[in-house]
Amino acid sequence: MTTTDAPPAPPRPRRRPGDRIFAGSATGAGILILVVLAGVAAFLVSEAWPAVVAPAEDIPGGDGLTAYIAPLVFGTLLAAVIALLVATPLAVAIALYITYYAPPRLATLMGYVMDLLAAIPSIVYGFWGIAALAPALVPFYGWAEEHLGFLPFFAGPASVTGRTMLTAGLVLAIMILPIISAISREVFGQAPALHREAALALGATRWEMIRMAVLPYGRSGVIGGAMLGLGRALGETLAVALVLSGSGGITVNLIGQSNPSTIAANVALKFPESTGIEVNALIASGLALFVITFAVNMFARWIVNRRADFSGAN
Amino acid sequence: MAKRIDVSDLDIYYGSFLAVQSVNVSIEPRSITALIGPSGCGKSTFLRSLNRMHEVIPGARVEGKVVMDGQDLYGSDVDPVDVRRQIGMVFQRPNPFPTMSIYDNVAAGLRLNAKKMRKSDLDDLVERSLRGANLWNEVKDRLNRPGSGLSGGQQQRLCIARAIAVEPDVLLMDEPCSALDPISTLAIEDLMTELKERFTIVIVTHNMQQAARVSESTGFFNLSGVGQPGRLIEFNPTEKIFSSPDEKATEDYISGRFG
Repeated sequence: MTTTDAPPAPPRPRRRPGDRIFAGSATGAGILILVVLAGVAAFLVSEAWPAVVAPAEDIPGGDGLTAYIAPLVFGTLLAAVIALLVATPLAVAIALYITYYAPPRLATLMGYVMDLLAAIPSIVYGFWGIAALAPALVPFYGWAEEHLGFLPFFAGPASVTGRTMLTAGLVLAIMILPIISAISREVFGQAPALHREAALALGATRWEMIRMAVLPYGRSGVIGGAMLGLGRALGETLAVALVLSGSGGITVNLIGQSNPSTIAANVALKFPESTGIEVNALIASGLALFVITFAVNMFARWIVNRRADFSGAN
Repeated sequence: MAKRIDVSDLDIYYGSFLAVQSVNVSIEPRSITALIGPSGCGKSTFLRSLNRMHEVIPGARVEGKVVMDGQDLYGSDVDPVDVRRQIGMVFQRPNPFPTMSIYDNVAAGLRLNAKKMRKSDLDDLVERSLRGANLWNEVKDRLNRPGSGLSGGQQQRLCIARAIAVEPDVLLMDEPCSALDPISTLAIEDLMTELKERFTIVIVTHNMQQAARVSESTGFFNLSGVGQPGRLIEFNPTEKIFSSPDEKATEDYISGRFG
């Protein structure tokens, strides 16, 4: 005879109040960040919409929204790319020096100095850029126009104030240097002794050891740091607004008198005196910046994950 | 190829701390020399001083002589990098480079030596080294996969392949089986017996049966107390060490009557 008794219900796990409170607050925090992000996106889209549907001649410049935003997007990307190209190799070199070459005392001191650099407010960088760096670069720009003028980057005519795209890029490079080097330093320092010794035992010199065991291990960390830096460079407002004399359209001439402005600097400079549809156009440019930053982050994640098998995390 | 190593009056320091005191020993070529002793007695330190790997730790230095076939490894004009290219090392935990494929792991040392090699020559050498480490049949279809995907025993044989790929004169092994299961251990021991035809092998082990199984000579390290330097108490043919050692301390240690 078979019985078809239902199996006894599994005992309900006892829910302790502490667990419930913690789970609830953690979930709440997780949801909150999504809500904030969605709220920002919704605000940008709804406020930008009037500028998207407005007739072309109402948009500042008179040629429509695309023509208004395109040079700003270009200027934003150009300044950020210059900053990244200058800062990343330098930051990696600094991080390697601090972790593997400097005597311990000096390494600690340099670590502090780099952190201090990160704490300087961006307005100070802006002042420094406009008052010290820009004039100092003027002679170089003249020289570059004369001798490197065949490159489109140095086509000239060279700016006499030094407030060029290249100056802005260099100021940004110095601003993002600390974050990239701090993160690189962290990951380089964590490169496992096991693998460093493996390289040394094969007869690697210190540089070869770094190339075999440290750089590949730290690669994703360096990319992550660079992307954080890129995020800061893309969104940096004050320093660029002060340094860059941005008025022109799309050009790769880095030392000329007329440079494309960046989105953030343009918003900061124009917003106070804007009304009506002009405000909507500015917000539309902000939406573009939002999308760019998002895309950059996705791209960075994709790079980091591409060779996950070889990351050393398994 | 396989060379002999003569160590005389070797003291090893970490900073001002004397870790190992007055070691005198001759290590024969084409044989396996085992180093046994309790933890912290300096046998690993001694092993690492043979290819100057202990210098990786700041403040580490030696006094005395280590001579390999007439070449003083601590001569003032000797670069530790060159020493390590002649004396390979296998570590306690398998440490293939996680960011490299199996192939690149084996080729790593060859590429370091900066000889420009034809791809076909490199392929041959990688295959020969993997065959030499009894790993070829297991990995030949996945040479481009990461080495970290292999089992522990396979990873350790990969590390041995990487070490023998550069044709060193001596192979040092620092407890190569302590992280492995018995079957992988047996595979490594068989491999050592094959490799001693071509290399001088020095192995540190906590496993006395292993020392008895594979080695021709055995050295017993001990220290008289915490903070005291380790010493080489006895160095004799393995048979003698495990049947009638000269020293009472050795006998106590191998028979388990160690306090």
